[in-house]
Amino acid sequence: MWFIEGFQDLHERNEFSWRIFYYYAVLVSIRFCYRESSVEVYIDVKNLSFSRGGRAIYDDVTLQIPKGKITAVMGPSGVGKTTLLRLIGGQVMPNSGTVTVDGVNIAQASRKELFEARRRMGMLFQSGALFSDMSVFENVALPLQEYTDFDKTMIRDIVLMKLQSVGLRGAAHLMPSELSGGMARRAALARAIALDPDLVMYDEPFAGQDPISKGVLVELIQRLNRAANITSVLVSHDVEESLSIADHVCLLSGGKVILSGTPEEVRSSTDERVVQFLQGHADGPVAFHYPAPEYREQLLERN
Amino acid sequence: MGLVKNLFAGVYGFIESLGQSGIFLFQSLFRLPIRWGEAIRLYVRQVYSVGVLSLIIIIVSGAFIGMVLALQGYSILTSYGSESAVGQLLALTLLRELGPVVTGLLFAGRAGSALTAEIGLMKATEQLSSYEMMGIDPLRRVIAPRLLAGITCMPILALIFSAVGIWAGMMVSVNWLGVYEGSFWASMQQSVFFDTDIMNGIIKSFVFAIAVVWIAVYQGYVCQPTSEGIGRATTRTVVMGSLAILGLDFLLTAAMFGDF
Repeated sequence: MWFIEGFQDLHERNEFSWRIFYYYAVLVSIRFCYRESSVEVYIDVKNLSFSRGGRAIYDDVTLQIPKGKITAVMGPSGVGKTTLLRLIGGQVMPNSGTVTVDGVNIAQASRKELFEARRRMGMLFQSGALFSDMSVFENVALPLQEYTDFDKTMIRDIVLMKLQSVGLRGAAHLMPSELSGGMARRAALARAIALDPDLVMYDEPFAGQDPISKGVLVELIQRLNRAANITSVLVSHDVEESLSIADHVCLLSGGKVILSGTPEEVRSSTDERVVQFLQGHADGPVAFHYPAPEYREQLLERN
Repeated sequence: MGLVKNLFAGVYGFIESLGQSGIFLFQSLFRLPIRWGEAIRLYVRQVYSVGVLSLIIIIVSGAFIGMVLALQGYSILTSYGSESAVGQLLALTLLRELGPVVTGLLFAGRAGSALTAEIGLMKATEQLSSYEMMGIDPLRRVIAPRLLAGITCMPILALIFSAVGIWAGMMVSVNWLGVYEGSFWASMQQSVFFDTDIMNGIIKSFVFAIAVVWIAVYQGYVCQPTSEGIGRATTRTVVMGSLAILGLDFLLTAAMFGDF
């Protein structure tokens, strides 16, 4: 394309500012050429049912995730929050119903369409999932090497910018085994945003983090969303952190969406299931005891 | 009735997993790389990890097996006064049978188990999912270089094993037991043929390589992503790989040398 070639000339002047300008010009051009969606709903889940190993995870669930907002998907452990991210990413397919991401029906997409849709998504896994045989720099550079024709200098600049944004520019040379849990998650976040995706999914980003790391991650998620207008889906059961940054909240329980609304609506809800989850009551609609035979009978049972 | 039902379920499960692993092998080998430079770099890295790092165990085992064969061969042949044929015995045994088979067994134990554990751990730490979510095909990026490296390295390792075994057997029989060096090499030269003996050995090790590496990467890819699951998959790789080598060896030997 003529305008990309024009930017390439600027880039060949080899001045840092021109390189950065070239990088963003290419990104804007790609967005301009290939994106036309102006829909307010970015992810549309309709009548979704999904079961695994004979156990129903979702039963006729319908939910919508707005574009450019931070949506927190919350619920007790084992309710299927991570599975929802896998369904959105097309790693698992629904038994029935549809998952539409930016107009693409994930279940009916061809392999090529699915991989193209994934290029516009970034995912921060619970463990970070950094590639253990690559340094932090190589991890962040991988998607750029795979999907762009940028030369080494350009890739180096972009990787350093991404690492700078998560505060790990100085750790570029380290291997994942040399990072703390919080640093690994920040490095994984830099990799997830390397291609400036439209959608970033965070799988339990605060789990196992100390208060400082939690604060840093909250700040980063918020900054990314506001600065780049990224649609963010945050799966978490950390109530305070999630509600503090979310624009929209979906609460899941028993394979259903029990509440969908703003953080204020969640806080003011009188639904027993919502109250139990927010206040952390041990017993309630979500039972403390796993289903079992009658206690006295089982104790007296001899055979 | 229950026994018959279980038997059918077992046979059905075996055929199903054979079909799935066949599709897995086909997809891994025939999905062309997008960037050839990167694919070659990944392949070379795996050649180092699968092939070069297996050299020590192959060389040491080859040397000891060659020395033992020379001792055993000499003690039997000397009672017929034909100890000069120890060179022929060593070369034919190593090139036709022991080279490919023992290399395959050692390869399954050393490189096969390492491949399964590595891929299983990548699955457990969500690295394979991470490739998928980036839109990078893990079969192309992770599995194909390992498969190709294993398949190309094992025939070379088998040849190195046989060469070291013959050299070590020569040291024992000529330098220690006093067999005349000229007759040691002459008997070998007269009885070993490139197209029947050396080529058949290479074909055998190539077939064993496909079986072992296929089993290793598939077991890693489909294992339960837990410490117990990875342990079980690693054990299955070694057991199934070893049995596959021995079974295939019988079939290939019957096909290659069974024209009696």
